[in-house]
Amino acid sequence: MKEKEPIISVCNLTKKFGNFTAVDNITFEVGKGEIFGFLGANGAGKTTAIRMLCGLSFPTSGSGTVAGYDIMSQAEEIKRHIGYMSQKFSLYQDLTVWENLKLFSTIYGMTDREIKIKADMVFTTLGMADMRNALVKEIPLGWKQKLAFAAATMHSPDVVFLDEPTGGVDPATRRRFWEMIYQASSQGMTIFVTTHYLDEAEYCHRVSIMVDGHIRALDSPAMLKKQYHAATMDEVFRIIAQGAQRTD
Amino acid sequence: MKANTLKILLHKEISLMKRSPLIPRIIIAMPILVMLIIPLVATFDVKNIDVAVVDNDHSELSRRIAADIDASEYLSITGCYFRYDEALAAVENGTADVILTIPQNYLKDLANGKMPKLDLKANGVNVTKGTLGAQYAAASATGTLRQWQNEQGSATLPATTSVINRYNPTLDFRNYMIPALMVILIIIICGYLPTLNLVNEKEAGTIEAMNVTPVGKFVFVLSKLIPYWIVGLLVVTVGMIIGWAVYGLIPEGNIFLIYLATLLFSLVMSGLGVFVANKSATILQSIFMIFAFIIIFQLMSGLFTPIASMPQWAQYITYAIPPRYFIEIMRAVYLKGSSMADLWQQYAALLGFATLLSIIAAITYKKRA
Repeated sequence: MKEKEPIISVCNLTKKFGNFTAVDNITFEVGKGEIFGFLGANGAGKTTAIRMLCGLSFPTSGSGTVAGYDIMSQAEEIKRHIGYMSQKFSLYQDLTVWENLKLFSTIYGMTDREIKIKADMVFTTLGMADMRNALVKEIPLGWKQKLAFAAATMHSPDVVFLDEPTGGVDPATRRRFWEMIYQASSQGMTIFVTTHYLDEAEYCHRVSIMVDGHIRALDSPAMLKKQYHAATMDEVFRIIAQGAQRTD
Repeated sequence: MKANTLKILLHKEISLMKRSPLIPRIIIAMPILVMLIIPLVATFDVKNIDVAVVDNDHSELSRRIAADIDASEYLSITGCYFRYDEALAAVENGTADVILTIPQNYLKDLANGKMPKLDLKANGVNVTKGTLGAQYAAASATGTLRQWQNEQGSATLPATTSVINRYNPTLDFRNYMIPALMVILIIIICGYLPTLNLVNEKEAGTIEAMNVTPVGKFVFVLSKLIPYWIVGLLVVTVGMIIGWAVYGLIPEGNIFLIYLATLLFSLVMSGLGVFVANKSATILQSIFMIFAFIIIFQLMSGLFTPIASMPQWAQYITYAIPPRYFIEIMRAVYLKGSSMADLWQQYAALLGFATLLSIIAAITYKKRA
């Protein structure tokens, strides 16, 4: 699924912390509406790369655009057009489900009316209308993740960045989470997702695999399996990542 | 849209504050405890001064001097000794604070128009007790002498001075302490809470969720400062109620002057708190940093020791210590009933510090690493 125009485009992006090069000269593009899997072992530099794309961290060198804005100079503009959900799913534990959704949507400039309509939709699709006034810390992990995804996509961003969104939940819950991702993608949202679950990689349109700060492979799951003569993405990952120097 | 954002952020802060297991209790319980206990225990009033008397005269007068000392409110005689060494031993083992020595032939010399001298020695280890003890004992002995001479119809009375303490006529230490305690409470509560709040968001990861949104950093920092206006006003209100209900102390001046100063000073402290939080990665770091500020604030702002008795160079430094102005305002409004016209310089200084620290808090807040 090669796309016409890239929504994320990165050239020679590098991030150094002192002598340590976390992200080393990566170059890639992500097309509009794509589900892009961003894989790599622990410490490969995935999170650092995402943080640069989202305007949370300054690149040491290199250039790129996200949603048409420059990652060096227009970080705050980028933030208006993206959604972000991290592995810590970053909701306020002592606020209710509704308060969290309202907080983030208001910050993204939605009006109270828009928020109400959208939130009602979210509650119905997720089947969590009865959890509306529950504190986030009281609801199960799987629900929290869905809620965090909802909070990151309520304002219909161009791109949503998901940093290990499904850590720690069972396969059935993960499966349902991916249904949400597909639904968002079908509405034209671009999904940029990191994961450690290689079965999830199979769901992506294209996958990149990072090793020690470099992108070692980038193609559709089918092409990668063919290229490495592997039956599953799991095998592909093992072949590519086996030479990794950095672990954790 | 910015107003909406600020409103929802404030709603978030207040909700989180109310739901915290600790914060509402701290805001109410801490002022109550501090205001109830500290004025009772922290006092510079010196009572119970023990006097050892070495009476070498054994006259009617010498016995009367000792009896008057024993009868006075703050002094009591722990023992009469024959020799100075014995009295000194009493001081050394802690049973006496002051030694009064009455020389031989004191009454006789006095009657003959000579000028015999009483000898007072005080234990200087506890400076306050020693100084005041010697003064009290001297005053008591002088009183006895004057009365004696009056009765004999003999001597001319030396001119006496009388002192009237304005604004705090009984020199009650509590009147001095209660406004200062409110200052301490605001220093601690409005200094620590915003720091812990923000660093807590760092540790929980929610700060990242905020930084990745388009929220303006000034609006965000403002949402971290404004709640502590309310906290500061609450604390001072609790303090004033206890000051009135328990100690009968009512501000002489306008209560709104106190609230205005509290508002400004809460902003000073929370601005400092946010600045410290911006520079700390962990709760522990932030606690140590804010503690360092609080110690300096408490010791150098004139809370406990008057600024006028500091060395000159230290007095210059106190101009840079914001609570100095808040304390001056609190004491002046509380005890003297000063008005804005008297205190505009202090208010201007507080306003300056509040603006400066808020700006520093906003500038040092980084959405991007």
